[in-house]
Amino acid sequence: MTENIPQKRGVPLWAQVSIWLFIVALLVLIGVILSKRQQGTVQPGDKIPDFRLPLFSGYEYEGQSEVKLSDFQGKVVVLNFWASWCKPCEQEAAELEEAWKFYEASGDVVFLGADYVDTEPEARAYLKKFGITFFNGPDMGTKISQMFRIRGVPETYFIDQSGVLYYVKVGPFTSVDEIKSIVAQKIP
Amino acid sequence: MKKTLQILTLALLLAGMISSVAFAQDDAPTDDDVNAIAKQLYCPVCENTPLDVCPTEACRQWRELIRTQLSQGMTEQQIKDYFVANYGARVLAEPPRSGLNWLVYILPPAIILLGAFFLFRSFREWTKASATASAASAERGETSSPAKDDYVARLEEELKKRK
Repeated sequence: MTENIPQKRGVPLWAQVSIWLFIVALLVLIGVILSKRQQGTVQPGDKIPDFRLPLFSGYEYEGQSEVKLSDFQGKVVVLNFWASWCKPCEQEAAELEEAWKFYEASGDVVFLGADYVDTEPEARAYLKKFGITFFNGPDMGTKISQMFRIRGVPETYFIDQSGVLYYVKVGPFTSVDEIKSIVAQKIP
Repeated sequence: MKKTLQILTLALLLAGMISSVAFAQDDAPTDDDVNAIAKQLYCPVCENTPLDVCPTEACRQWRELIRTQLSQGMTEQQIKDYFVANYGARVLAEPPRSGLNWLVYILPPAIILLGAFFLFRSFREWTKASATASAASAERGETSSPAKDDYVARLEEELKKRK
């Protein structure tokens, strides 16, 4: 006696392979995104890619309303991320301005302020309140802060004459001497 | 008569002033107008907080910015575009349909459709298997157990009595 056993029809092989490939690709993508998020800020020793910073009117650099990092080749760049709503930023505003005044005449050091997710009227009021004169502009679309993977404000990045990051300061500076001592690592 | 005219003129002037104030107030964007746009945006600083309910100083500034832009006659889309240009696409409550963002729109319905397909397929197979098994047992001449028949008969009888 023979019995007809119905043959079990499974999911076609191509569909199984496609589904597994899709799941693996999705997991890889999630992994990449998570690892990027946990990377922290850019690290000293990293070459900083060129970026553009539009400047507020009244804060232009040699008549230019926008600067690129590459414009400052051969100079130490002190890139400060700040915002008008950031209270700790106020603690270091005067120190940064004083340090800028100290180096301005030499032309060896450039201070750049990148205003992070801020509104222009409040940003201008902040600059005026603390008498800040160094080059400043909005970080449009948070492109620069994303490139540096900043965790908050204030954060300051010291870039050497060849465009390599050599120091990261997270949080406000406590004194002008602190800023000078970091700059002095590249300009004795 | 002269006094009446003076009073009338004064009244007309007052009415004009009040109505102009009223018109000015009508033109000013209300909190609801501001929040209607703010709820479509997220605070770029504090994660996962819509702008209309965010309590921080930064968010208050952005809401004021929306109010100013509305009073300048900017449309909802123009304001949203301004926020994207200044603070990035992450401020949008609804991500723009471009690049990897498409995954947000495609993945959930695709997974639901795929799940529905497999469920349908499984149900069909279970139904077929059950029908085949019933047919096979019928072919073998199997009937339901006498005990079960007896139970059903008693149940029907009880139900009839209750009617």
